[in-house]
Amino acid sequence: MYIYSALRTCWLTFLHLFHRTVTVQYPEQKPYLSPRYRGRIILTRDPDGEERCVSCHLCAAVCPVDCIDLQKTCKPDDWSPEYFRINFSRCIFCGFCEEACPTSAIQLIPDFEMSEYSRQNLVYEKENLLISGTGKVPDYNFYRVSGVRATNTNAEPVSPHRLLP
Amino acid sequence: MTIVLTLLEAIFILLSIVIAAATLTWVERRLLGFWQDRLGPNRVGWEGTLQIVADMVKIFFKQDWTPPFADKIIFTIAPAIVMATVLMGFAVIPFTTHFGIDLNLNIGLLFFLGMTSLSVYGVVLAGWASNSKFSLLGGMRAAAQMISYEVFMGLAVTGVVMLTGSFNLTDIVQAQTHLWFVVPQFLGFVLFLIAGIAEAHRLPFDLPEGENELGAGFHTEYSSMKFGMFFVGEYAGIILISMMTVVLYFGGWNGPIFPPVVWFLFKSTGFIIFFILLRAALPRPRYDQLMAYGWKLMLPLSLLNLAVTGAAMLAWS
Ligand code: SF4
Ligand code: SF4
Repeated sequence: MYIYSALRTCWLTFLHLFHRTVTVQYPEQKPYLSPRYRGRIILTRDPDGEERCVSCHLCAAVCPVDCIDLQKTCKPDDWSPEYFRINFSRCIFCGFCEEACPTSAIQLIPDFEMSEYSRQNLVYEKENLLISGTGKVPDYNFYRVSGVRATNTNAEPVSPHRLLP
Repeated sequence: MTIVLTLLEAIFILLSIVIAAATLTWVERRLLGFWQDRLGPNRVGWEGTLQIVADMVKIFFKQDWTPPFADKIIFTIAPAIVMATVLMGFAVIPFTTHFGIDLNLNIGLLFFLGMTSLSVYGVVLAGWASNSKFSLLGGMRAAAQMISYEVFMGLAVTGVVMLTGSFNLTDIVQAQTHLWFVVPQFLGFVLFLIAGIAEAHRLPFDLPEGENELGAGFHTEYSSMKFGMFFVGEYAGIILISMMTVVLYFGGWNGPIFPPVVWFLFKSTGFIIFFILLRAALPRPRYDQLMAYGWKLMLPLSLLNLAVTGAAMLAWS
């Protein structure tokens, strides 16, 4: 009985020589990453080209490893952060910051190739994080729906039912 | 003149064996990869062929550390014993009628059995001299396993010796010109192969190493090239057992069309690949199961094989 099962195991294992291998030969052959993949973090702009981040610190508060640091500017009518810093050597790519952000400013994108020789280079500053597009949320503009800047423009009154992103 | 030629031949054969054993480490990793639906090491050189060069460089540059609690002299010579005895075993292998180190040693088979038994000293001494409990357990297992499997290895090949009437390996191969001994001695072949696997301590009989319970068994404390010698010695052992199986049961260099040496190497490669397949497929038995197989199943079977062979020869003559 044992001999039969041993021989059968050998035969079945041998047949695997003709199966397809599952290895993805990484640097030459990139794996498919879904759009929702949680990789490198970016800061996005709204459709008008303004910075989305309003320095609310929600992302910094929710981050389980405390790797986000930012500070609001002192200029009046400007809520954008003076500096915004993410320490990627501590980030665990949990995506909590993206979920917490009320303005969809902070987003995780499908890119994990961020290796560095020096650990210090893993601290990304605002100019490394900020991109010129809207990222995964093409048409959301926090200032429009919240009405903060409605006094400056002649925009329609904001409907309170549309306040959520 | 003949002495110089024989010497050159011996050096050539032994060097090829060592290089082949080193290459085998790469072949094994690739084959295991394929059998597990992976690719295995394929980065260094074309399809990974230079992997052994990289491994060599690495293993030579590792720190060669002798633990302070070890018995220095024995600790150092143990890997050399393993390597030397395995390489000595190749002295009696007849590759073809004219190619081999000592083709007409009249006790060729006994010499081979002696050398494989001696190699257990390397393992046991390594385990003893390391002065650590895992190594000692590995060494003791090796000793017990070797002794019990050696017994019926000798009994299994006796069938071949009875049929040939000679311990000379060249004679044994020549006796198989018409019929390979695997046919009349099938049981003997199976027993010899199992004993050979245990002798080379390969999976499923690699209890002296037993990574998951003993760290690395008898060579837990070894590093750098001392470990490398155990490693290459083990693979040379696989080659030796495969070649011996071919010589004893599969007609050695006999075969149509191709030159004899091609046939010999072809058959040996088949067995080497079979050894690797066993590693890919089979789990390791428990230690008492291993002993029980040896003494309660294999030994009676080999005695039976011997008795039946003897009776058949009497009836025929
Ligand atoms: S992904 Fe998680 S760990 Fe990384 S910055 Fe965002 S909240 Fe912090
Ligand atoms: S949660 Fe969003 S808006 Fe608030 S500070 Fe972080 S990135 Fe800026």
